[in-house]
Amino acid sequence: MTAPAYNFAYLDEQTKRMIRRAILKAVAIPGYQVSFASREMPMPYGWGTGGVQVTAAVIGPDDVLKVIDQGADDTTNAVSIRAFFAKVADVATTTRTEEATIIQTRHRIPEAPLHEGQILVYQVPIPEPLRFLEPRETETRTLHALEEYGLVHVKLYEDIARHGHIATTYAYPVMVEGRYVMDPSPIPKFDNPKMDHSPALQLFGAGREKRIYAIPPYAQVVSLDFEDHPFEVQTFADPCALCGATGVYLDEVILDDRGGRMFVCSDTDYCEGRRGEAEA
Amino acid sequence: MIAAEALAGGFERSVFDAQAVFRAVLSALSRPGQVFDLGERVRPPAPLTAAAGAVIATLADDTTPVHLDAAFAGTAVADWIAFHTGAPLTETPGEATFAIVGRPGGLTFDGFATGTAEYPDRSATLIVILDTLTGGPALRLSGPGIEGTAALAPAPLTPDFMALMTANRALFPRGLDLILTAGTRVAGLPRTTRLSAGGV
Repeated sequence: MTAPAYNFAYLDEQTKRMIRRAILKAVAIPGYQVSFASREMPMPYGWGTGGVQVTAAVIGPDDVLKVIDQGADDTTNAVSIRAFFAKVADVATTTRTEEATIIQTRHRIPEAPLHEGQILVYQVPIPEPLRFLEPRETETRTLHALEEYGLVHVKLYEDIARHGHIATTYAYPVMVEGRYVMDPSPIPKFDNPKMDHSPALQLFGAGREKRIYAIPPYAQVVSLDFEDHPFEVQTFADPCALCGATGVYLDEVILDDRGGRMFVCSDTDYCEGRRGEAEA
Repeated sequence: MIAAEALAGGFERSVFDAQAVFRAVLSALSRPGQVFDLGERVRPPAPLTAAAGAVIATLADDTTPVHLDAAFAGTAVADWIAFHTGAPLTETPGEATFAIVGRPGGLTFDGFATGTAEYPDRSATLIVILDTLTGGPALRLSGPGIEGTAALAPAPLTPDFMALMTANRALFPRGLDLILTAGTRVAGLPRTTRLSAGGV
């Protein structure tokens, strides 16, 4: 049973309608940040209040929810949000990427390819890709209206001037459908190529900053770069120490205080799946 | 005096009906060309249909003015929407968040809000009542949400429809978004979709 004191999926219906209207406009204008009247949620800002509100407005009793935090299903943030929706919406949950109809994520895109009909909900801290370059909302809004994105290219150029290469490794800015520069949330740039022409619907929720944006399925998402400094993703020298996977994003795990370390899959479901297959 | 038919025929399980309808509309607008069946979730007075009535009951409330075209004059539809959603009705297209088009043969985009360069989301969504989504002259669709091209064959529509949509597309990121309905079915035509004659 759903907790009796709450409406299905926690939010009241008026709030859901407001969020749903924002989501529909976000889908119609890919990469554009739609303002919405973000609510206080029973968790602090920074824990995914934007993603939780988007999920609450979208989820239904037949959905199967997966929640990941930095790729892991078993970290505090992921466990709490999964338990939250299991309680207030009485939905089935899973850790299997393939089985999920809605995947709420903090800072990763699963390694397993997503399929049509799935919805990926990103938790976003700072939705405005120009915010650290121009603090005034009135100015960044005008820059988006005028499609004036020179500042972002200057930032990437300064990386090259200082480090010899583009040193931005996460929240790497993308151009959506050739119109809006968008912050992909702090996913590693390793994941950026997965956003392009994804069969899944991608929704982004920023609770504190009160913005929702979206990438429809099969939309063009291009990471910004220069002809002589093309966009590149991180590469890893060694495979995952647990499952031996290559071409996946790895986390560094410190093993002791004498410099011992190992690199393992950030996507725990993908890693467990591979180890299960190896044992079978 | 409100007619009895304006009071009946709303969602039976409003929370779950609204969620299901929203998901279908979300799917429709994120995958133009695909048709989604809502089932008969509301029974609004004619000429409002099950799909158009369900969409407006799902999305409209007291913060979203609704505009009705001449097809609904003298019917209980205005009262039905007012009773079931609380939405204010407006005669002025420019004030409308949602507009329901009951005479698609005379469809025009004149006067509806298309948003501003700074706030392109402050634009109207048109809910268009048609006879069919798949039995009319074929349209080829391309754009976000579509892998390659998709087909849709809505009818009846004004002969100017292609020109209207081309002009609407040219406004991007401003523009109107359309939810096409027939019977219990819906299909989405967001402002990003490009149309041409002929099937896939």
